[in-house]
Amino acid sequence: MAAAGLALGFAAGFAGPASAQDTIKVGILHSLSGTMAISETTLKDVMLMLIEEQNKKGGVLGKKLEPVVVDPASNWPLFAEKARELITKDKVAAVFGCWTSVSRKSVLPVFEELNGLLFYPVQYEGEESSRNVFYTGAAPNQQAIPAVDYLLEKESVKRWVLAGTDYVYPRTTNKILEAYLKSKGVKDEDIKINYTPFGHSDWQNIVADIKKFGSAGKKTAVVSTINGDANVPFYKELGNQGIKAQDIPVVAFSVGEEELAGIDTKPLVGHLAAWNYFQSVDTPENADFIKKWKAFTKNDKRVTNDPMEAHYIGFNMWVKAVEKAGTTDSNAVIDSLVGVAVPNLTGGYSAMLPNHHITKPVLIGEVQENGQFETVSKTPGLVVGDEWSDYLADSKDLISDWRAPMSCGNFNVKTGKCGGKGS
Amino acid sequence: MHRAFCWLLAAFLALAAPAYAAEMDARLEPLVRGLGAGSYADTEKALAKLAETGDPAAVPVIEALQAGDLHVRKPDGAVVVAKRSGNGYALTDPVTGAPIGEADRNAVEKIKVNNALRRSMSAALGALTLMSPNAGTRWQAAEAVFKSRDANALDALNAALAKETDEGVKRAMTQARASVLLGSSAPDDDKLAAIEVLKDRGDQDALALLNGAASGGSDAVKAAAEKAVAAVENRLALWGAAQNLWYGLSLGSVLLLAAIGLAVTFGVMGVINMAHGEMVMIGAYATFLVQEAFRAWAPGLFDLSILVALPVAFLVSGAVGVVIERSVIRWLYGRPLETLLATWGLSLALQQAVRSLFGPTNREVGAPSWMSGAFQVGGLTITYGRLWIVVFAFLVFAALLVALRKTWFGLSIRAVTQNRNMASAMGIRTARVDALTFGLGSGIAGLAGVALSQIDNVSPNLGQGYIIDSFMVVVFGGVGNLWGTLVGALALGSVNKFLEPYAGAVLGKILVLIFIILFIQRRPRGLFALKGRAVEA
Repeated sequence: MAAAGLALGFAAGFAGPASAQDTIKVGILHSLSGTMAISETTLKDVMLMLIEEQNKKGGVLGKKLEPVVVDPASNWPLFAEKARELITKDKVAAVFGCWTSVSRKSVLPVFEELNGLLFYPVQYEGEESSRNVFYTGAAPNQQAIPAVDYLLEKESVKRWVLAGTDYVYPRTTNKILEAYLKSKGVKDEDIKINYTPFGHSDWQNIVADIKKFGSAGKKTAVVSTINGDANVPFYKELGNQGIKAQDIPVVAFSVGEEELAGIDTKPLVGHLAAWNYFQSVDTPENADFIKKWKAFTKNDKRVTNDPMEAHYIGFNMWVKAVEKAGTTDSNAVIDSLVGVAVPNLTGGYSAMLPNHHITKPVLIGEVQENGQFETVSKTPGLVVGDEWSDYLADSKDLISDWRAPMSCGNFNVKTGKCGGKGS
Repeated sequence: MHRAFCWLLAAFLALAAPAYAAEMDARLEPLVRGLGAGSYADTEKALAKLAETGDPAAVPVIEALQAGDLHVRKPDGAVVVAKRSGNGYALTDPVTGAPIGEADRNAVEKIKVNNALRRSMSAALGALTLMSPNAGTRWQAAEAVFKSRDANALDALNAALAKETDEGVKRAMTQARASVLLGSSAPDDDKLAAIEVLKDRGDQDALALLNGAASGGSDAVKAAAEKAVAAVENRLALWGAAQNLWYGLSLGSVLLLAAIGLAVTFGVMGVINMAHGEMVMIGAYATFLVQEAFRAWAPGLFDLSILVALPVAFLVSGAVGVVIERSVIRWLYGRPLETLLATWGLSLALQQAVRSLFGPTNREVGAPSWMSGAFQVGGLTITYGRLWIVVFAFLVFAALLVALRKTWFGLSIRAVTQNRNMASAMGIRTARVDALTFGLGSGIAGLAGVALSQIDNVSPNLGQGYIIDSFMVVVFGGVGNLWGTLVGALALGSVNKFLEPYAGAVLGKILVLIFIILFIQRRPRGLFALKGRAVEA
């Protein structure tokens, strides 16, 4: 008996160092300093939590996961450098990272060249599909279009202000929305598009302009793709100038629980946001996730948000695909990822599609006094992520399918050839 | 006999009044219960029925729904007002307001509202409170009807108008009546009169209604509405120009606040201080800490927190400034390139330090009640927050001017910056003056942080957004000249705001930059160049 115990002890003693060497490395590529740290630091934390949870369950393929955290410091070229370092030097099996579209565009060639795996957790403008990238955030048809539909149907909005920060995501999204609205019979003079620089802080006359635009006798709404830091002064100005949600609602695509944490939300009650997840969603999975998150961060006030759920889904998909493939080899995992379905936090299953986007429900929420969102509308089923917009002339004929025979990210169904836009 | 009858009558009335009230309550009861039926559409239907009764007893119920206090008690589906008390909820009857016990947190469910419901609620409350004894409430009610254009409210509005004595409320009610009539199928004469009333009101809301009228209806109404639209638009265009001027002044005052500390450290001392923005940021975080302290220990005095934050921010930022001067900058006097690099590095270090201490996310700094909201001057909307910032910017400017011109400390600063050796020979401790001057500039930046915390994010990046603008203002105004900084800030603010409506925010900013580049080419020393020996020193 004693000998057996000793033997066990030895075995454990041997297993310790052996498994420490033999871990699966997971790269985390989120800015921990610079302008984007405000959003991305949280995602780094959630990844560390997910990895810790997985290790408690015994890791993957019998090996422990080891997070490798790097800081690209909100510097786009540095993203590419750090991505290269993660894949070649650290030999990570997969990378979870990026927030802004420009950082994703910067690392894209690196992942394609080195055949790495990137899970991208943020809602984005679409018009892209790469064999090496898995888009777990929303494509425009999983966020922007349903939000506009809600305003068209439930609020009978006739006049639209598309306000955004001046960079690729708002510009592309607004282009898609403009085409979509026109297809719904909205006239040119009823659409106003406004761009502001990053970090714009003086919103006085833009908000006054919106007010003026809204006084043409038709119901008006604002679709906001304003990014990051600029949102707080924007919403403060809305509150100060007394624009109430019941008169001119603002629906935002980049404002979540985290962004609202810095504002007094009382004057904003009723303004909208469209996401695939809200912290307020009442499901057992979500309650469990929030509890773990608060325990992990040791802060009872920390909020959860949509990109965190995207990482939750993406990470679980990767774990499942690796177990299915029995290896962490990129090609095997890329192939086995398509078709993998895992539970999301809103009470359903999200599946990885052949175009490397996923299925998600779309929720429209109204801001509440406590800084949370109250879901006022939810799509009946899951919405399939559509990478190439049907409302843009140069991409409506394109599809993406990364499964074996086709294996193409921009297949033109009209010409029957692979290689359209973006190739 | 007669007397006995009177007594009887009185007794009967005394008995009947509560009975009548109870009967009304009983009538409201099922309608109130309907509010908790489930979907938004059901709640809306129940709300409409409740409003139709015209019963003032429905007012507290709708107000409770508006405030988010109305809950459904799960066991029996009764609709109750539930307010947090301890770990559970204290329940009261929504109609009578009588307490009906307590409930566990999970035993009641909040009745959710959406924007459509919020609109219906304001409309219903408007129609129901037109007869309120409080003039302010009546005015709000009239404004609510003006917005809702609820034809059902017309009778109540007419009745209220006949009784109204307050001039202001009467005007609001007449306008509300005009708004309802214009949207209804009233005869043309009524509509034409309504158009006149709205033309006199002459604001954005009136314009919206008139625009609506101009796009439909009979020819006479259309023509009158179009004319009224033109008149209102003319009036608004004039006010629009005034509004732009105010926006320019307001942006200018923000620029002034951000730049004025730099006018001391860069302008007077000649230190290229890239960490200036971080001093502003530290001031904003000091405000946050002061507010947290108030929230924790004296929530009743929250309105004073900003005033307390002013000296705290000044001292904290000033102290950090003195430390920076003593430890880094004093070794680098006369070496502008090294100073630039060192302070830039410092700015990154300070940002990351704050990020590690407070986290990367925004911190909430609340506005005291005297700084929130807005008021109207003619067609101008002026927000209190901005107004106080303008006042504050000028006060800081005046105080700094007095400090530099009229005090011993100011004299020493000027002496040291103009001729260090001579000042030293006269017995001034130049090293100490240097440290204190840098501290003064940093402290003023901290004051700016208090003001900026009211309009911008309190995040580690706060300062970055202002550093370029601050340098622009100081260089444009003329290095070393405080008045130049004032004129530069106001000029850049107004130019920005006048360009924005035409060129857009992005192009506007580019145009201003190009303008400054060209200007500096022509006048390298800025608007108000210093002359004389100080320049050569």
